[in-house]
Amino acid sequence: MSDLTRRTVLKAAGATLGATAFAAAIAPLTQWKPAESVDEFLRKHYKELAPDELDAICRRVEAEAKTSRGIDVHVAAPQPIPGVQYGYALNLSICVGCRRCAEACHTENNHDRPSHNSYIRVFELDNGSIDLATGDATYEHPVPAKGKYYMPVQCHHCANAPCTKVCPVEATWKEQDGIVVVDYNWCIGCRYCEAACPYHARRFNWKKPEIPNDEINPDQGYLSNRVRPQGVMEKCTFCLHRTREGRLPACLEACPTGARVFGNLADPDSELRWVLANKRVFILKEDLGTKPTFFYFFDK
Amino acid sequence: MSPRLSALGVVLAVLVAAAFAAEIADRPVVTTTDTTPKAQHPVVRNSHPAPRVQTGITDHAGRPATIACSTCHAIRTPNPANHAGTDLDQFHQGLQFQHGGSTCLSCHDPGNYDNLRLADGRKVAFENSIELCSQCHGPQRRDYDHGAHGGMNGYWDLTRGGRYRNTCIDCHDPHVPKYQAAIPMPHPRDRFQLPTGAIHE
Repeated sequence: MSDLTRRTVLKAAGATLGATAFAAAIAPLTQWKPAESVDEFLRKHYKELAPDELDAICRRVEAEAKTSRGIDVHVAAPQPIPGVQYGYALNLSICVGCRRCAEACHTENNHDRPSHNSYIRVFELDNGSIDLATGDATYEHPVPAKGKYYMPVQCHHCANAPCTKVCPVEATWKEQDGIVVVDYNWCIGCRYCEAACPYHARRFNWKKPEIPNDEINPDQGYLSNRVRPQGVMEKCTFCLHRTREGRLPACLEACPTGARVFGNLADPDSELRWVLANKRVFILKEDLGTKPTFFYFFDK
Repeated sequence: MSPRLSALGVVLAVLVAAAFAAEIADRPVVTTTDTTPKAQHPVVRNSHPAPRVQTGITDHAGRPATIACSTCHAIRTPNPANHAGTDLDQFHQGLQFQHGGSTCLSCHDPGNYDNLRLADGRKVAFENSIELCSQCHGPQRRDYDHGAHGGMNGYWDLTRGGRYRNTCIDCHDPHVPKYQAAIPMPHPRDRFQLPTGAIHE
């Protein structure tokens, strides 16, 4: 064994590593069924969807709405706008707790009517307290009430999102513009992400959402407000079917006080950046290291 | 090491590189922002014209006849001492007024009641009442100008579309400016907020 030099060992190690990587790269081939075409196989395992394929999927969802409900909807798959990183800031000094944001979310995003579901939960808290456990999200009295302030909580679209990491099937991920999305057709409904989210921002469809046909918002996004099937997770998508076309999210438009500021974090001239630079800003549960792109701020 | 083994090593290295290259190619392409300035769509501020006073009678076409403020005020002498509706003996007696220490003439122009007046005497049209409010409420105006106060709708990206904005008096009655309390919209019925056992009926 006199020729076992360090050089040989390194070469052998490199070759082994290479062989392993190669084996891993071609591993999906073992799942190739004879009935499957090459294209079908590649789409399942390797390829990102081409625009026409994405379009075909949207048309399929539209056709399903037509056959199952007899209604015409428009399903789009708007893509991230290059150079845009979405962010949201909420002014706790002027939020009055009217819950119009939650209501707008309810109608915009085709939520289940009986549960009055919404991606926004508004907590009523005592002035000076930030203990969400003592917050009340079911208040019915006139607002704003004396000695109280209001904190709407929704998906924080974290840069370090715990929810996407726990998904066993990669059905939820962070898009290039920062929006955390769920593919309702890929989700297996294990609810790991719901448990992982420290903001309790994810909802589970225990049953098929019940919405009267005439109340369905026909302006739908494949990754956002199309009607969800039973048994899948859903969450705030920053209304990507609106915001990726440059429009404001529905919750912001519903806000009567202007407590909500939405925009492009990557644009130094945006209103959002002005807020972050000039207001007293804080991050909910900052200690968890989730790095949200949703901020709270005070006027003074 | 034999040449054959070396060749195998090279082939494997190429395959691994190809696999990595394929993965990199799969990643979304990050395009840099186009920095050329684009045309901005307008931001339109809601504006309210000078109010018209209902007379209770209709014109020949059945439309309610209204008159301008100046119709009466032009022939009455302004009284700078008036602070509230209760100070008046005619008209506006029911007017609620809770706006600090200001008087009627802090905002209304005694020279012409069909417009408003700044503290320095400059006239302001009712449509631009925000300029009047901004004299005292500077921080709110600053926030408003930075899109951080007041309701709006339209486009966050003004290169794609315009925006409509509320003005001060859409939410704040200038005579009683405190934001009025209201019953909130119905809350979502979360399962975890229901009483124990309620979801297993």
